Formats: sequence, C-alpha cells, structure tokens
Amino acid sequence: MDPARFTRLDATSWQIDPTGAMRVPAIIYADEELLRGMDDKVYEQAANVATLPGIVKASYAMPDAHWGYGFPIGGVAAFDAEARGVVSAGGVGFDISCGVRTMLTGLTVKDVLPVQKAIADSLSRQIPAGVGSEGAITLDPPGMDAMLRGGAAWAITQGWGEEGDLERIEEKGTMSQARPDCVSDHAKQRQRREMGTLGSGNHYLEVQAVAEILDDEAAAAFGLTRDAVVVTIHCGSRGLGHQIGTDYLRDMAVAAKDAGIALPDRELACAPIKSEIGERYFGAMRAAVNCALANREILGHFARRVFGHYFPAAKLELLFDVSHNTCKVETHLVDGKKRELYVHRKGATRAFGPGHQQLPEALRTTGQPVLIGGSMGTGSYILAGLASSEEKSFASACHGAGLAMSRHAALKQWSGRKIVDDLAASGILIRSPSTRGVAEEAPGAYKDVGAVVLASEQAGLAKRVARMRPLICVKG
Amino acid sequence: MPESKSAAHWEHFPHDADVGIRGFGPTSATAFEQAALALTAVMTAAAVRPETRVDVTCKAPDLEVLFVDWLNAVIYEMAVRRMLFGRFAVKIDGDALTASLWGEPVDRARHAPACEPKGATYTALRVEKLPDGTWSAGCIVDV
Repeated sequence: MDPARFTRLDATSWQIDPTGAMRVPAIIYADEELLRGMDDKVYEQAANVATLPGIVKASYAMPDAHWGYGFPIGGVAAFDAEARGVVSAGGVGFDISCGVRTMLTGLTVKDVLPVQKAIADSLSRQIPAGVGSEGAITLDPPGMDAMLRGGAAWAITQGWGEEGDLERIEEKGTMSQARPDCVSDHAKQRQRREMGTLGSGNHYLEVQAVAEILDDEAAAAFGLTRDAVVVTIHCGSRGLGHQIGTDYLRDMAVAAKDAGIALPDRELACAPIKSEIGERYFGAMRAAVNCALANREILGHFARRVFGHYFPAAKLELLFDVSHNTCKVETHLVDGKKRELYVHRKGATRAFGPGHQQLPEALRTTGQPVLIGGSMGTGSYILAGLASSEEKSFASACHGAGLAMSRHAALKQWSGRKIVDDLAASGILIRSPSTRGVAEEAPGAYKDVGAVVLASEQAGLAKRVARMRPLICVKG
Repeated sequence: MPESKSAAHWEHFPHDADVGIRGFGPTSATAFEQAALALTAVMTAAAVRPETRVDVTCKAPDLEVLFVDWLNAVIYEMAVRRMLFGRFAVKIDGDALTASLWGEPVDRARHAPACEPKGATYTALRVEKLPDGTWSAGCIVDV
C-alpha cells in the first residue's frame, strides 16, 4: 500500500480522510514497512466500513491487518444502536469468538525437555485435530442448548475444566443473553460431535517456553519467568460458528436492501442492531461465543490431563482466555461522554488497560493479557493492554502475525515434510495429520510477528511483556 | 488447465488469508460443478472415490447468491457427514438448484486433508458469462 494515500497522524497512525460515502475517517495503525506490505484491499475495506450507518469515531485496522471479507481482518469498528447503527456478520467473521488461551504449567524447559517427545505424541493422540477428526463428546439437543447458554461454565459442570478458570476468561466464561433458539439446526448439527476439537488451518495447541521477558513488572504479575513453560491454545467455535456466520451473512446480504442500507459491496452485509435480524444474529453470535469458550475450556482440560500424567503436581493455571472475532456491547468514552457501543473486532484482540473494572483483581494494575499467536517456527507474544488503547481503538490490539502470502503460494514454496524435519532439528516438534496443512502454515508464509507487536506497542495499543518460543505444536 | 477456454475447468486464486475458487464451463451449472471441484481441491490433492451419493437443493433470489448457497450446501454435507466429494452433477432451473454429490468418508491417511472450508463468502463473488460464451463462477472461501 502506498503511504502517500494517507494523512500521517504520527509514526504509527495512518488516516484515510473521509471522502464520498465515508461517515468517519479510517485509521490504520502500523509502521511504514508493515503499511507498505499491506494489500490495497485493506485500504478499500477499511474505507468501506467507514460508510456503514451509526459508526462511531473511525474505522480502525490493526498492524496485522489483511484482506478479509467485508471488514478487513484486523478491523475494529464500533456502532451506536441509537444512531441507527448496524451489526455485521462479516465484521465478526465465520470463526466466531476464535481466540487464544494461555495456561501456566509451573514447569521449566529443563523439566519438559526429557519428556518433550512423549508429551508431543500424547497431545496429538488426545487432542482431535484436523479435517475428519471427531471429538469424544457428542451433544444431544438439550446438551447442545445448555452448552450454548453456559459456555466455559457449562464445560466445568460437565467435568471438563476447573471453577478457578472462570474469572480469567472473558465474560467470566459465560456470555449472557445467548439465544440457542436463534441458532439453526444446521449449525447445531455441525457442532454435535465437535466439542473438544481443535479444527484446522491456523489453529493450534502449543507448548511454549518463555524466551524473553520484555517487561519485568507485568511479567511477574502474569507469572511469567524466563524458561517457564506454558500451554497456549488457539481455536474457536468450530462448525457451529462457521454455520452461524454462513446463515446470517446470507440473511443480512438479502435483507440490507430492505432495511434501506446502501452497501458499497454485498460482502459488507449488515443489519440494523435494532431489527429483528440484528437481534437474532446477536443472540446466535453470543451462543457461538459460549461454544468457543466451552471448547477452549475442554481443550485446556485435555492438556491438563496429558501434563498430569507426566507431572502429577502440575496445575496448569489459566493466565487468560481472550477472543479476537466478536461483537460486544461495551461502554467507551467518546468525546468525554460514556456511550454504549457495539464493538466489532475481527482479527483484533480486546485489550483493556490497567484499572478496567471487568478485569480480575489480580490483573487490574497490569492490564489485560493480550495473547498473540505467531507462526509455529517464530513464536508468539504476550502483551498487556494499555490505557491509551481506549482512546486509540476502543481498547483493541492486534491478534497475530497475519499471512504474508496466500496459502496457494505457500504450498508452492514449501514442503510440509521438510518443515517438520527442519523444525524438529531446531527443537520444535510438530504434530499434524496433514503435511500439506503444515506447508500452508509455513513459518515463512507469515509476516514478522515481532514487527506487528512492536508496532502495536509504538501505537499505544498494548505493551510487550514476553516472547515465547514453541517446543511442541499440535496442528490440524 | 485445458487448452480450450470454454471447456470445463477450475482454478484457485490468491487471497491474503483464505482462498479463492472459480469454476468455468459451457453452462452456469457446469461452472458451479467445477467450482465445487475447486473446493474439494482446497482440502485434498488425492482422488476421491464416488462411493456414496448425496442430493442437495438450494433456492436463492439471484444466481450469485445461489452460487454461495450451493458451495455452502457442499461444505455442510462435507462437515456433518465427514465426507469428501469428487463428482458433482448440478441442474439450475431459474432460481432453484438441484444437485447430486458423489464421494466417500474422509480417509486421513489417503486424503491427507489440509484446511477445512468454514464457509463461502460474498467477497470477489462473481457469476458471469464471459465474452467468449464461457460461464465463470467464483468467490473467496474462508478456511
């Protein structure tokens, strides 16, 4: 993308001034190199979002933004229901409430290395991953509805999790006002045998080592020390979320015209928040959030079981569980006034700064842990929300590295088998049923996650706390 | 890719995070069939045996929405049956589509399936008759 197309506000803030149907500006947070590397479609999509009714302040894109559908991935936009604001299924994405959780094992690299291979093999047996995999859990219709209402709290009542986890999960593990009756039978059918499965694509379960501490105080508050071992899980609402996305994207695409919303493109399909379809989507999306929270809680339980076998004293305490594909009702300060807004984050992580009332006591002085996945070769980061992110991006930050090339191009460039062998030689064990999937997720296919998190810090969205390197990666 | 432009064929086209699929053929129905083959090729490069037949129907206000509905119907059948499909027969009559899909259960060793499609999107969605008379149907699929 050509930086000359923007008004540069500061070193990491690039503004598209409102033109044509844009109601507000669009702002991309990135350093110049990341901005130059972004596809022109990000410009187009961020500007298109700015045309939607009821949008407040600006349409934002995070440093890892890339071409999505409708909204850019890495997009943040808030809407006011009282100003005829909209909710967009494309602004949340198909993988509703896809997110990341990190658990502290209390172990060090020295403890884990002697059993690294055995743990990798156990995890790959215990964690259903990839296309065609099936979970050990099958839900009947009442069980499905209970899961959709209860989220992680439901999983715990079923014996797949621990009560103490709840305060460290967004929404305390249960998204309120979920409406299983707004979820189609197709969506429920797709989820019937998918609880406790990882999925495929960029989803993973990793055993990671803390490679570098970047903020001593925050790291201490998060319980992170150099060479400590953590387990990180990245996945979402599986087939249920995908089908809800599919169902409502279609309904909204067909209904937008009836609602008098002029769309620059059908892919921006949305509905007024205060409309029958808008309310139904909200109820269904909240149910999908619960599905994702329950799924990550169950996967965390499976990981605990594996670690418990090798290290009976290991607790695997939850550091945090946060989603990056959601639309949530939140109160934000706009021009000095508190307003209730519908904040879409698509490929963007909520990043509450220090002092936020919704954070558990133990994290309130530090700010919310912001968990950022990189690639299986290069590692991941843990950040902490900054107070400045409230003003900058409705308290949001990046969510990952973002692909630097298409899957198609990655497949042409790399061999999955060779990647697995090369990574094994450097101490990273990959377990995946698909070597092609590994090639599509090659470390070289991703942007530099280090540059993304640095730009996030420079832009005042979140500060870097620790860098993690992978020891084991289970992928679909 | 076949030499004749009007012959049935498919292609993948690049997208930052996901994948574009496009089918071509002498009729819109053939282009839809070819796009479904492109969808299967997102998941596996291996041959898919036509052991079991599944029938689907869709109805939509226009041909482009019908195309997205068609792909999503295939994705749904793949997901709930844990199957892959390698042969498709599509009939389009006005705003309605009826189709048969032939395939087999996913064999993780033989098919080595890569990513699973989550849903077809309205991004880069286009169903059109090209100047040479060939039909083209494509969009981005979220994977």
